[in-house]
Amino acid sequence: MTTVTPGFGPTVAHTTPEGSDQRPRRQLVDTKAPAEKAFLGLTRGSALVVLAVIALVGIFLTIKAVPALKVAKFSFLTTQAWQPDIHRFGIAGIMTGTILIAMVAVVIAVPVALGLALYITEVAPARIKRTLVSLVDLMAAVPSVVYGLWALLFLQGRVVGVSRWIATWFGWIPLFHVNGADPSNPVQSGTLYSASAFIVGIAVSLMVIPILCSVMRETFSQAPLGEREGAYALGATRWGMIRSVVLPFGKGGIIGGTMLGLGRALGETIVVILIISPVYNANLHILQSGGNSVSGLIANLYSESSTFGTSALMAAGLALFALTLTINFAASAVVARSRSGAESDA
Amino acid sequence: MSLLEQAITAPDEPVSGVPVPQVRRKVRGVRRDMVLNLAGAALAGLSGSWLLGLVAGLAGIVGFLVVAYVLFVVVYAVLVSLTEDRPAVKDAVMTVLMASMAVLAFTALGLVIFFTLAKGWHALIHLNNYTQDLSSTGELAPLTQGGIGHAIVGTLWMIGIAVVFTVPVGLVAAVYLDMTRSRPASTFRTIVEAMSALPSILAGLFIYAAWILTLGFEHSGLAAALALSVMMLPYMIRASDLALRLVPGSLREASAALGAPSWRGELQVVIPTARSGLATAVILGIARGIGEASPVLLTAGYTKTINADPLHGPMASLPLIALKLVQSGNANYTARAFAAASFLLLLVIVLFVTARKIGGWGPGHLSERGLRRVREASARDAERFARSQAAREVAAFAPPPSGRDGNPPPDPSSTEDTR
Repeated sequence: MTTVTPGFGPTVAHTTPEGSDQRPRRQLVDTKAPAEKAFLGLTRGSALVVLAVIALVGIFLTIKAVPALKVAKFSFLTTQAWQPDIHRFGIAGIMTGTILIAMVAVVIAVPVALGLALYITEVAPARIKRTLVSLVDLMAAVPSVVYGLWALLFLQGRVVGVSRWIATWFGWIPLFHVNGADPSNPVQSGTLYSASAFIVGIAVSLMVIPILCSVMRETFSQAPLGEREGAYALGATRWGMIRSVVLPFGKGGIIGGTMLGLGRALGETIVVILIISPVYNANLHILQSGGNSVSGLIANLYSESSTFGTSALMAAGLALFALTLTINFAASAVVARSRSGAESDA
Repeated sequence: MSLLEQAITAPDEPVSGVPVPQVRRKVRGVRRDMVLNLAGAALAGLSGSWLLGLVAGLAGIVGFLVVAYVLFVVVYAVLVSLTEDRPAVKDAVMTVLMASMAVLAFTALGLVIFFTLAKGWHALIHLNNYTQDLSSTGELAPLTQGGIGHAIVGTLWMIGIAVVFTVPVGLVAAVYLDMTRSRPASTFRTIVEAMSALPSILAGLFIYAAWILTLGFEHSGLAAALALSVMMLPYMIRASDLALRLVPGSLREASAALGAPSWRGELQVVIPTARSGLATAVILGIARGIGEASPVLLTAGYTKTINADPLHGPMASLPLIALKLVQSGNANYTARAFAAASFLLLLVIVLFVTARKIGGWGPGHLSERGLRRVREASARDAERFARSQAAREVAAFAPPPSGRDGNPPPDPSSTEDTR
């Protein structure tokens, strides 16, 4: 016999066996079989291993850095020198160099990556899109030492002319000033302009362009179709549509991707030690020879340092660790927020 | 009638008031005026830059190209504005800017690859480059002596050990992220994402501090492999997590609906479906680890002789030897450095192309053999069903039916019909 519940929606049929009462609701208990428990335990365990490794990185750097930090105290953040054996060291100069290099890289990389990502998502014909995406990924896979060799022996000689030109015409801006530059002397040697943060920044920008590009591309391609078609229906050109739909929707991706790229650029080592001539005070003139970065400092000095010097290097490494981790966390928060709502979790 | 007016007025437009049949505007593909405008602007840019170079003297080839590019964009904007209105001009100029950014990035990539291979060619063509080391090769020795064999051996050891460490842990951790959608899992994902951009030198510094300074082990291939593992692990988890997330949720639900516990669904449905994506993740992780010099620099030491024992003594790797040799500044050593870099680059490209080929298959793709296996399995299933069906029919006829009046017991679907 069948009873039909009247009312809303599609009718739901209940079968009640004759003579028996409504059966009590079945209690759903999530009893996990031992195999299930073991499998979950295994996966959780391996996640814990990964977390432990990550935590250990921070813990070991901190432990090793403590002796140096105890001596230097706050002057560690303000001193522009690196002579740990006479207890005169600090990261003010080196961190400035690190940030300058990363800034140059990001300032070059953002427009290029933005144009590249927009070209791939919006302009490129569908049949070459996949190839272009692969090429961008290949750009990310090229080892940094290859970029380093290229920057040292190919790029540097060709960029010096540009550096000289910028220094001649825009030298009145402190950032582009070069001490000892003499525009009236046409045969002045290029060494004044080589081994500079500018050249390193260009090489590093090549490494961060694919990172920026893939984050931006992902958010651009999620810009909703309805709004795109709406813009076209209102008579927008392709660029008009990009400006009013794609870019506003991709804002999170642009900002987050830029920060991710910045985090990567801050830690680049090989190009720095290949090209730059290390100095330990802050060199704010990006076109001028000389500069440094925390990673370059560590790579250059780790083998010839005393125990205390090593501890100082660990402190510098810890500072870099904290800085990149903060930037990366902020970046992934921004990207994650821009992603939520734009797509459903399938 | 000027040229400009000719361009604006359509040639077949009648002057009288007869309605003109609408001509479909071509919005896609390449139009002739677009090509002509671009070509004209490019010519104007190049020649203008050349003229300016004669007059003012520009900073080398880079300066020439920059000036030519700026002139090109300006001339192009003017040319387009002859026939189009403001938004269309903006659109054309922005399209050119976007395309030129793509050209710029890919030109740089091409230059990097071409320059490295061209410079490494001289040393790469000698067989001794792969079989010998640098232990008895001086700076002046010709490229027909000595080689980077020790670095190849070192790289193989380091990346091999790192793969053994990272692949199982990384894949299982990715499965954890996939299976639980809890808060700890999403925190874990955030941490892994942040760590995948950790400066690689810090991975080296960590192993140097923990393994070499604290635990007192020597510089060795194993230490370098550990450093590479620390670096590769977050990267691999992230990539595998992405691959697992591409598996359609309906497949998981189907396996759960068939009564499979979640772990069997994961092992027998989700992971096999995502196999190509996971393979891609592993290969790209290897490609990333193989090219890292900075963790190796701090942990492996550096040597000029072949060392096949990863547990003891310093070891060289391809990126490390490229770095060290070019730092020496000697011409022959620089050639060898480029040989190492080229070899490394070729390795990465091979890995990358393999990954693309596998990854291009998409989730659930089967090879010839896999397809045959699936067909065989489903044939076996069909046979089994047929057998059990036959057995049921035999059983249905043998004993008297259990129902009251010989009908099979009602099932929910039949009650649905009587409604």
